[in-house]
Amino acid sequence: MKLNLKIWRQKNSESKGGFENYVIDNITPDMSFLEMMDVLNQKLIYENIDPISFDHDCREGICGSCSLFINGRAHGPDKGITTCQLHMRKFKDGDSIVIEPFRAKSFPIIKDLVVDRSAFDRIQHSGGYISINTSGNTQDANTTPIRKEDADNAFDAATCIGCGACVATCKNASAMLYVSAKVSQFSYLPQGKVEAKERVLNMVKQMDDEGFGNCTNTGACEVECPKGISIKNIARMNREFYKAKI
Amino acid sequence: MSLISIFKSSIGKKLLMALSGIFLVVFLTQHFLINITSVFSEEIFNFLSHFMGNNPIVQFILQPILIFGVIFHFVMGFYLEIINRKSRGANYTRYAGGDNAPWISRNMIFSGGVVLLFLILHFYDFWVPEMNYKYIEFLPEDPNRYYEELIHKFESPIRTLIYSVSFIFLALHLLHGFSSSFKTIGVDSKYYKPIKSLTFIFSILIPFGFIFIAVFHNLMH
Ligand code: HEM
Ligand code: SF4
Ligand code: FES
Repeated sequence: MKLNLKIWRQKNSESKGGFENYVIDNITPDMSFLEMMDVLNQKLIYENIDPISFDHDCREGICGSCSLFINGRAHGPDKGITTCQLHMRKFKDGDSIVIEPFRAKSFPIIKDLVVDRSAFDRIQHSGGYISINTSGNTQDANTTPIRKEDADNAFDAATCIGCGACVATCKNASAMLYVSAKVSQFSYLPQGKVEAKERVLNMVKQMDDEGFGNCTNTGACEVECPKGISIKNIARMNREFYKAKI
Repeated sequence: MSLISIFKSSIGKKLLMALSGIFLVVFLTQHFLINITSVFSEEIFNFLSHFMGNNPIVQFILQPILIFGVIFHFVMGFYLEIINRKSRGANYTRYAGGDNAPWISRNMIFSGGVVLLFLILHFYDFWVPEMNYKYIEFLPEDPNRYYEELIHKFESPIRTLIYSVSFIFLALHLLHGFSSSFKTIGVDSKYYKPIKSLTFIFSILIPFGFIFIAVFHNLMH
């Protein structure tokens, strides 16, 4: 396949940045999107041009590093996948592809397509933990009976990989899906109940301090989330938040 | 103390948006139930309008609350829209919003804005003459004037058309807003199905009921 790429280039967080056009040939449908980027970068290196920076690590949809806003969609034109799981068969020969970084005031650009998602880490630090000692003296998992439904819901919430696609795609750049997943993952379980109150208050406060927008329940986040985190977690977090305040 | 601090948070601001929206929904229902009587009974319509227009509780307590509610809702709406746009920072060059969220949910400020323009016209049409009648010219109260005033307004096909189009936008606003407000309040997801049905029924029935009333009087008189 031959593709026309329009890619955001930005030297560093201070510089202005802009689009550059690249033409790339000999791309096969079975390549992943990131492999296509690798081919392009190899070409740029041979041409003595600074290769394009983009985030990636596991390349199997579990780490949440890869980002990219491709043709107007977080992680490109498919649902429930990360960019490393996107394949070139989703595109046609001669297609034009616009590649931008995730854009949110709270995700400042570091270079090219790499954004700083440490706001998520700070939210997590503010309450995304339980203070039960789990080193060396772990109990048998079955000593505390847990309803199957609650265990499933907690597990589903815990599959969030913190990729930030929800923020990137939300028209309000709201982080509610991420934060609600991180809150629910614990609050469904008895071990998480102990700190439930402070957790939701602190995490929401940190989320607001980071400057994420307000959720308007458009539902775009759950469509783009590679892990299928449900928007029902948001209403659940709202409920927990009100209870904690009252 | 902590109750007030709810409203400093993003979730709290959304809660206020939802509560004021639900308040307006309740008002809308009441307004509709009175207006629909004009279709079948001049007497009942006059009786109810006279009551609403002269009862001191309605006039001096409920009406100011309503006006506050309307102003609060759209001022908060604009405020949150501005904050949310700022949260994006630089805009995307290509943003396929339609691929993952319905138009109505992404354009609440637009549908709300059309409703706001309509409300300005509506105030000018009914509220301003009413205030003028009662408190500026101090005309003697005639309990039977309301029906005449109403049908007189809808003689104009242009006004009838403007009203009808505005109500279509109100329907769009409610199709998202009604169910959204329950999610904001934190209603459990197991109720989403009935809420969805209720949203659909309400958002079609009430606005199109208002359109029916306007068109009915336009055609009948
Ligand atoms: C009779 C008139 C109106 C009714 C019944 C109404 C009702 C509602 C409801 C129920 C909501 C949902 C709240 C939530 O999502 O939690 C809402 C949201 C909203 N309304 Fe209204 N509204 C009206 C007029 C207006 C006006 C005049 C504006 C002016 C701009 C406006 C702007 C908004 C905005 C921006 C939202 C937030 C969108 C969102 O959360 O998705 N509304 N409205
Ligand atoms: S909720 Fe989904 S989209 Fe958001 S950070 Fe977690 S995995 Fe990514
Ligand atoms: S690189 Fe790890 S999820 Fe894509």
